[in-house]
Amino acid sequence: MQIDLSVQNITKKFKDFIAVNSVSFDVEDGQFFSILGPSGCGKTTLLRMIAGLTEPDDGSIEIRGKSMIGILPNKRPVNLIFQQLALFPMMNVGENIAFGLLRRGEKKAIIKKKVEAILERVELSGFENKQIDQLSGGQKQRVAIARCLVLEPTVLLLDEPLGALDLKLREQMKVELKKLQAKVGTTFVYITHDQSEAMVMSDFVAVMNDGEFEQIDTPQNLYNKPKTPFVAQFVGDNNTWSGRIRQCDKHIAEIETDDGNLFRANIEDPFPTGTKVDLFLRPEAMLIQPPSDIAHLNRFEVVIKSILFDGANSQLLATPPNSEKELLVALPQNRQYDYIQVSDKIEIGWNEQSGICFPKK
Amino acid sequence: MKHQRNWALFFFLTPVILWLFLMIVLPHIDLLIMSFRVENDAGKMVWSLSNYTQFFEEPIYWRTFARTAVYSIIVTFLTFVIALPVALYITKVVAPRFQGFLTLLLLLPFWVSELVRVYGWMILLRESGVINHFLIKLGILNKPVEMLYNDVTMILGLIYTSMLFMIVPLIAVLESLDNSLIEAAYDLGANMWAILFKIIIPHATPGIVSGSIVVFMLTLGNYLTPNLMGGKNSLWFTEQIYNQFIASFNWNQGSAFGFLLLVLSSIVVWLGLKLTRQTLRTVVK
Repeated sequence: MQIDLSVQNITKKFKDFIAVNSVSFDVEDGQFFSILGPSGCGKTTLLRMIAGLTEPDDGSIEIRGKSMIGILPNKRPVNLIFQQLALFPMMNVGENIAFGLLRRGEKKAIIKKKVEAILERVELSGFENKQIDQLSGGQKQRVAIARCLVLEPTVLLLDEPLGALDLKLREQMKVELKKLQAKVGTTFVYITHDQSEAMVMSDFVAVMNDGEFEQIDTPQNLYNKPKTPFVAQFVGDNNTWSGRIRQCDKHIAEIETDDGNLFRANIEDPFPTGTKVDLFLRPEAMLIQPPSDIAHLNRFEVVIKSILFDGANSQLLATPPNSEKELLVALPQNRQYDYIQVSDKIEIGWNEQSGICFPKK
Repeated sequence: MKHQRNWALFFFLTPVILWLFLMIVLPHIDLLIMSFRVENDAGKMVWSLSNYTQFFEEPIYWRTFARTAVYSIIVTFLTFVIALPVALYITKVVAPRFQGFLTLLLLLPFWVSELVRVYGWMILLRESGVINHFLIKLGILNKPVEMLYNDVTMILGLIYTSMLFMIVPLIAVLESLDNSLIEAAYDLGANMWAILFKIIIPHATPGIVSGSIVVFMLTLGNYLTPNLMGGKNSLWFTEQIYNQFIASFNWNQGSAFGFLLLVLSSIVVWLGLKLTRQTLRTVVK
């Protein structure tokens, strides 16, 4: 596979603040690559450096093997879709899309054909003469994408383009964007703070925090095998216990949590006894009232504090007795657990393989 | 309730209406009537068009008139060309915390009267002035040159006087221009000129037009600057009006000239609005 975009050790400082700290990654041709991180983690700065709108202090950016350092944004084979879309209100849809082609000095007849073709591709045929303020949010989105795609960039950069849409439309655009990317085959680099956007659409996701990449992996691996405590907490919901190692054999550690439970959990490498650790556990890893014959379960009792009903994402908010700790437990909506009421005492069990342990920093 | 609201509206509108009527409408009606009156041989005032025909028969009048119109348009355009980079610099380049300070710097010269500012220019430009002094000291000139009292100096003075009235609306309109539009255009392959002509100027058109209207009207009606900096060589139509009222004491001729100037400025403003496809409403906003 050809590497479309290669970023090596790129760094950007704003006075004393390090926005992007020695980040490296490669994106293969035709991939949907997402950078996921909380706001202020430096992901927009990173994207602007790839687009050329911000100069990096150090490091290299290569697109199809050509260094982009010192090349102005209007000469780079990348296009950026802005968070606020930045459609030109003084032009209609057709003129917006033709803008880049006109700057390249292409012939009028060819431009007209290309604009028609790309509008058809984003399912907006015949919209050439509409004004920007006549479009709905989703249509604006598609015009912004068409305006960039018509230039056939090597890499298309997207800066949280779904952020301004309402929830329903966002869900819909997520799927559409993924389909569109598969259809046109352009390499997408997408940044977002919304983990669901990143997970649903991407082939690879980089999780970014404080200007550094924590992990680059497939969405499945990020969720199931987080490599750092930040990833474990940021991607998906997680319950956390702090505790210390009581003893370790090869892959199973016995952990005594601060609230007095004794758990057995899977570990990659053994820790010395007494190491302070954080234990992470997904809400859906916890089984409600597990049958007593299942082996290798950590079992403990909790009191239900409240039932957070949210359709398929329903959860129980539960507290172990003699503890302030709040745990989230997935509540499958298969009517099996309809009997559970607030302030009931129930048993929770989880498999040793589901918990993930990191040494405390 | 409705009655009360009408009363309040009436209360607040009265001063405005009174002001408009007493200070503007009434004197203009009087001037309009006066412009159609002329003294006959018997010394009696009679209705006549001769004040207006006089204007077309005497070349010095209509030539000055045409000169004033053309120069006002040139001054307006040049003011725009100089003001746009300044406004762009203040709104888009400089750090936001300096914007207020720079705008204040622009305002500063307007704390002194126009007369003082024009004398300032005269001190710089006259034969024994500062610039001549330095040019001779540096050996660039052998003997001082008179830089005052020509068309170029007069235009310079007029641009300087009206600068602020162009920059302020431009700053207002450019502040509302989203930076990401400029970046998007840049990203899509536009160079500096394409960004200027396709994004910045179309967005700024209402501000440009309103600034231009103000500058054009102020320039057209300016008396002090053309008189002091242009001198005898650069005639301005307001000087003709002044001469009629004050020197010749011919109020009737003077009011006819006044009305011709009013018609001229209305036509040019109307043409400008039509050409830029703006309406007075959006421009005034």
